[in-house]
Amino acid sequence: MKIAFSTNGTNREDLVDSRFGRAERFVIIDSISDELQVVDNIQNRQSSQGAGIQSATTLINQGVGAVVTGQCGPKAFTLLERSGIRVYPCPAITIAEAFRQVQQNKLSATTSATVEGHWGEV
Amino acid sequence: MKLAIASGKGGTGKTTLTVALAQAAQAPVQLLDCDVEEPNSHLFFTKGDSKRDVVTVAVPHIDPQRCTHCGLCGDFCAYNALACLPTETILFEGLCHSCGGCMRLCPHQAISERQQRIGYIDQWRHGQIDLFSGVLDVGQAMSPPLIRAVKRHQQADKLILLDCPPGTSCPLTTTIHDADVVILVTEPTPFGLHDLQIAVETVRQLNRPVAVIINRSDLGDQSIHDYCRSKKIPILLQIPFEKRIAVAYSRGDGLLDALPGLQPQLALVLNQARKLYRENLT
Repeated sequence: MKIAFSTNGTNREDLVDSRFGRAERFVIIDSISDELQVVDNIQNRQSSQGAGIQSATTLINQGVGAVVTGQCGPKAFTLLERSGIRVYPCPAITIAEAFRQVQQNKLSATTSATVEGHWGEV
Repeated sequence: MKLAIASGKGGTGKTTLTVALAQAAQAPVQLLDCDVEEPNSHLFFTKGDSKRDVVTVAVPHIDPQRCTHCGLCGDFCAYNALACLPTETILFEGLCHSCGGCMRLCPHQAISERQQRIGYIDQWRHGQIDLFSGVLDVGQAMSPPLIRAVKRHQQADKLILLDCPPGTSCPLTTTIHDADVVILVTEPTPFGLHDLQIAVETVRQLNRPVAVIINRSDLGDQSIHDYCRSKKIPILLQIPFEKRIAVAYSRGDGLLDALPGLQPQLALVLNQARKLYRENLT
């Protein structure tokens, strides 16, 4: 399964970002092959509205099965949930640590959005 | 003449002034309440028979039978209102700006137009004043389409007074972008000055003639006067901070009910606004 982490870094030692829609990047790790992929989110980050929708669409089209992020708003959550993608709210720990915790079932998936819309806007 | 009464800062007296100007005009007036998130001009008139028109906007309707999930509409939408997923295309109505682009673009004719209610407009007639009050439905995020619907009632042969929404963002610019003159109502406080400056910059970017009315003029300091002098903005009227005005207001009475003697000064404000309008034409 591919797991996506919102981050402003590029590798496993970088931290999970609290923002989802307006995160700088997503690091995607394939739990079977252990391959790492970096997806830039700059375009969505700069959109005037609907950043969460576009970030969710990007990850859905990447075929991820789980998303690890600090907070997830209602529109993004609706799309991810409809596509059967689990959302794991996570503090600002390293991607490597977060990946381990997901593997060991130490992070629990949320059943609803964790914040209201527009939470991640500056 | 289309005269917009705006402020930047909320609670400075836009509606008080607009209603009083309408009453002082003694000529056919259209009062358009464009503060559609909280319209309150109508509170100062005795209610008569009103006419109500529902306002809708066009939003896309996606036919799942025809949609091939090609993603073109989602790529096109500048407002991210369409999420194109591998097996479905989902519309987020609240983000749609009704541009119609997705409907024209879709190569599979899968998108048609559907009307979505966003609010309504109430109309009353009080003597020579025709009052139009736009009311945005609770839960609707975008007021400009409703403001435009209110403004479509404008009749060029009448004096048009636009009671503006507060702030300086899209609702305000939608209301004032084609106004002949914009009057900014302010108060002589640091908050009043701060928001007045932002409002002046907005109005000047839109190339509209601007004038100022100072409410509660005997409070605070001289900073508004200094600012207006430096920016060459005429101050058309100063309204004192008077208990009589507040008492009248609390009963649903207007400025002219409290201070009938203001009528000639308000008529003069309208004349000075007309002068600014004419100067701007030449």
